[in-house]
Amino acid sequence: MVVFEKPKSLTDKEFHYCPGCPHGIIHRLVAEAIDTLGIEGIAIGVAPVGCAVMAYDYFKCDMVEAAHGRAPAMATGIKRSLPENIVFTYQGDGDLASIGMAETVHAATRNENITVIFVNNAIYGMTGGQMAPTSLPGQVTQTSPYGRDVKTAGYPIKVAELLSSLDGPAYIARVAVNNVKHVLEAKKAIQKAFENQIQGKGFSLVEVVSACPTNWGMTPQKALEWVEEKMIPYYPLGVYKDKKAEKEAE
Amino acid sequence: MPKVTFREDLCKGCGLCVSACPRKILEIAKDQINRKGHNPARITDQGKCIGCAFCATMCPDCVITVEK
Repeated sequence: MVVFEKPKSLTDKEFHYCPGCPHGIIHRLVAEAIDTLGIEGIAIGVAPVGCAVMAYDYFKCDMVEAAHGRAPAMATGIKRSLPENIVFTYQGDGDLASIGMAETVHAATRNENITVIFVNNAIYGMTGGQMAPTSLPGQVTQTSPYGRDVKTAGYPIKVAELLSSLDGPAYIARVAVNNVKHVLEAKKAIQKAFENQIQGKGFSLVEVVSACPTNWGMTPQKALEWVEEKMIPYYPLGVYKDKKAEKEAE
Repeated sequence: MPKVTFREDLCKGCGLCVSACPRKILEIAKDQINRKGHNPARITDQGKCIGCAFCATMCPDCVITVEK
């Protein structure tokens, strides 16, 4: 009996990501959720600009490519015109938290019935490791060679906390993929984000704390340790907003 | 009997499976180079495998299939 194999919703195309890049794990989790919920025929994905720009080659469902940061706006249009389809975006931190911040916040506050997978690796990966809005204070990047100075560059944006302060969104969670336990938790959260959309609950965003071994200048193992030691203390994991759970508690 | 198979041509030799394995029976094959030019991961002792699929869970490139 097969206990683990490549999900059916991924194409046979090989990932172009660097060795040890957690994008591959997160792609797989999204595909597993699509498989489990049996929505491969009706899922529509919106690919971002960034390392995951080629995501449209990897998922076996309809995919479109959005302008930089505009995936939630595009997903809004698709979902409103095709309400029977399941629409998700897959975005990085440079895409969602920087240039696409306005689209993200407004899609969340309108409680658009879409699923957003947000990959936070605290750096601009594709362009060569520049400082991102989510880079940690003191983090050395190509554009902050002495470490991020919060006096001039400000503090990192905590997307899950920021969006959970809005009344609109239905589900906001932060997960990580740095070890087996966290990957399994991430799988559940991503699946819930898709279920919410099927049940018509509204905007669901899962922030996945990820790594960038290449631009952090670490081995894949060291990068995942760095996630545990530095990223997770700054970006605590957990469910930040869950409208149904809140209602039940009342 | 648990069995893991590696599609070794897809492996990028990142070693995340090696560090995830609780039985420590995976290794990076330093004496082997695959189509991509990486040293692929391989299993050293199939008999000790417990089929937990931790290796496959951490693999970013869907290289590993686990059967029980």
